Amino acid sequence: MVCELCKQSQATVHLTEIVNDQMTELHLCETCANQKGAQVESHFGLSDLLSGLADFSKTQEPEEVSTKACPNCAMTYDDFRKVGRLGCAECYPTFKRSLGSLLKRIHGSPIHLGKSPARLVKPSKAKSELAELKKKLERAIEDEAFEEAARLRDQVRRAEQHEKQTKHHKDA
Amino acid sequence: MPEKPSPLDEFMKQPSEWLRGTGPMSDIVMSSRIRLARNLEKLPFATRSTKATQGEVLNAVKEGLTHAPSLKRSAVYEIGELDEVDRQFLVERHLVSREHIVHADHKAVAIGANEVVSIMINEEDHLRIQVMQSGLNLRDAWSAIDTLDDELSEALPFAYSTEWGYLTCCPTNTGTAMRASVMLHLPSLVITKQINKVLHTITKLGLTARGLYGEGTEASGNFFQISNQVALGRSEEELIENIERILKEVIHQEQTGRDSLATNNRTQLEDRIWRAYGILRHAKTMSSTEALDLLSAVRLGVDLGLMNGLTRTTVNELFLYSQPAHLQKLEGKALSAKERDVKRAELVRSRLGGQA
Repeated sequence: MVCELCKQSQATVHLTEIVNDQMTELHLCETCANQKGAQVESHFGLSDLLSGLADFSKTQEPEEVSTKACPNCAMTYDDFRKVGRLGCAECYPTFKRSLGSLLKRIHGSPIHLGKSPARLVKPSKAKSELAELKKKLERAIEDEAFEEAARLRDQVRRAEQHEKQTKHHKDA
Repeated sequence: MPEKPSPLDEFMKQPSEWLRGTGPMSDIVMSSRIRLARNLEKLPFATRSTKATQGEVLNAVKEGLTHAPSLKRSAVYEIGELDEVDRQFLVERHLVSREHIVHADHKAVAIGANEVVSIMINEEDHLRIQVMQSGLNLRDAWSAIDTLDDELSEALPFAYSTEWGYLTCCPTNTGTAMRASVMLHLPSLVITKQINKVLHTITKLGLTARGLYGEGTEASGNFFQISNQVALGRSEEELIENIERILKEVIHQEQTGRDSLATNNRTQLEDRIWRAYGILRHAKTMSSTEALDLLSAVRLGVDLGLMNGLTRTTVNELFLYSQPAHLQKLEGKALSAKERDVKRAELVRSRLGGQA
């Protein structure tokens, strides 16, 4: 079979394209396929996906200036959109608004419910954790994130239960 | 190449702990791994780092590691000081990522006793802490890494916000910054062509599937690495529970597939396994892809109780020792791809008691 584009070389690549619900098959040589391939199969990596998501958040949150730079590492939100990676921990508060909605889109929730560094956890560990949970619960209800809120409510209950038991244990 | 001894030669003496082939469901689950990403406050991530800041990170982390009781019997290796084979060797043993061995400046890895714990320093995040276990054992892995992380966070100022959790270079890791992953051997789902359906379903449930060596690698030898995709909005325990629940379903599917093959296609299945065994015991040259595929079939044979006297550990070890860097370390010198194929066939023949 000869290449359908240059009509010279042997066709070794077989492409199927769907345009407007019409399926067409193309039989190409390596060279033509490479040229065509640049349009068809551009590399689509994670950073493309992220910057796509970040773009989306830009249209939703026009207030954040995309050229505002992080005071610590000088990264701008535009830079972040290009590489899909942040520059330092300070970038997070700097791009708080846009990042918040991006994180929600990626993870389905913007609120951390996992562990925290040991040096931050003071002796009254259980108490402050409970307070933190309650704060998060309030925030989730405000955000109308009800699935989140239900999960938090259960965690609050468990934590309260746990506190009661330990207290009981101490009293006994 | 190691005409001179390499700092990693010690590791050759014993296979990694996670290869033991024991632990829950170790017929289908090769290993369980949990990785935590941590960064130091103030210092820039890899995207904005300079040689100077990377040096600062490396020194601070090395110092911090000495305060962690869990790392008592560990050693730190600077990637820049290792030759190509040793770097590749670390990747093959899943102690570092493939990304970690390119641009080796100021990159290092700390490796704990029996290779259960390893910490990459200056990867995409300042620290990538990892714990690996044999079989389906995410809970033990979590308990070990949770303790180690607590110890380290006493000594090192990790970047953290109460709202968003641990702050990472890539926003897909923000929050718990935890990736729990499990290496599964799923030959029957591949043979019965169910695998794509299964993997597709997994991705809908917040998990992701990759090949043997992580991001962007092909699934060779019917091995699939399945991990959580979401890192924020749930606690570490919840994320682990979720992945375990889905994994049990996948394992069940693989088991059903194996039972059905063994009942309905017994002859074809045995034929496939014994042919693979025959080639492994007699071939004179063998690529690593071919070795992986054939060993996968033989591993299935062991699981089905067909291979008298051959243990899962032997097959698991062959998966590792037939990799390019391991072969070269066994030989003690650099080998071309062609030479490796000959040595690989030789190694497999001798371990499986085939033709000398």
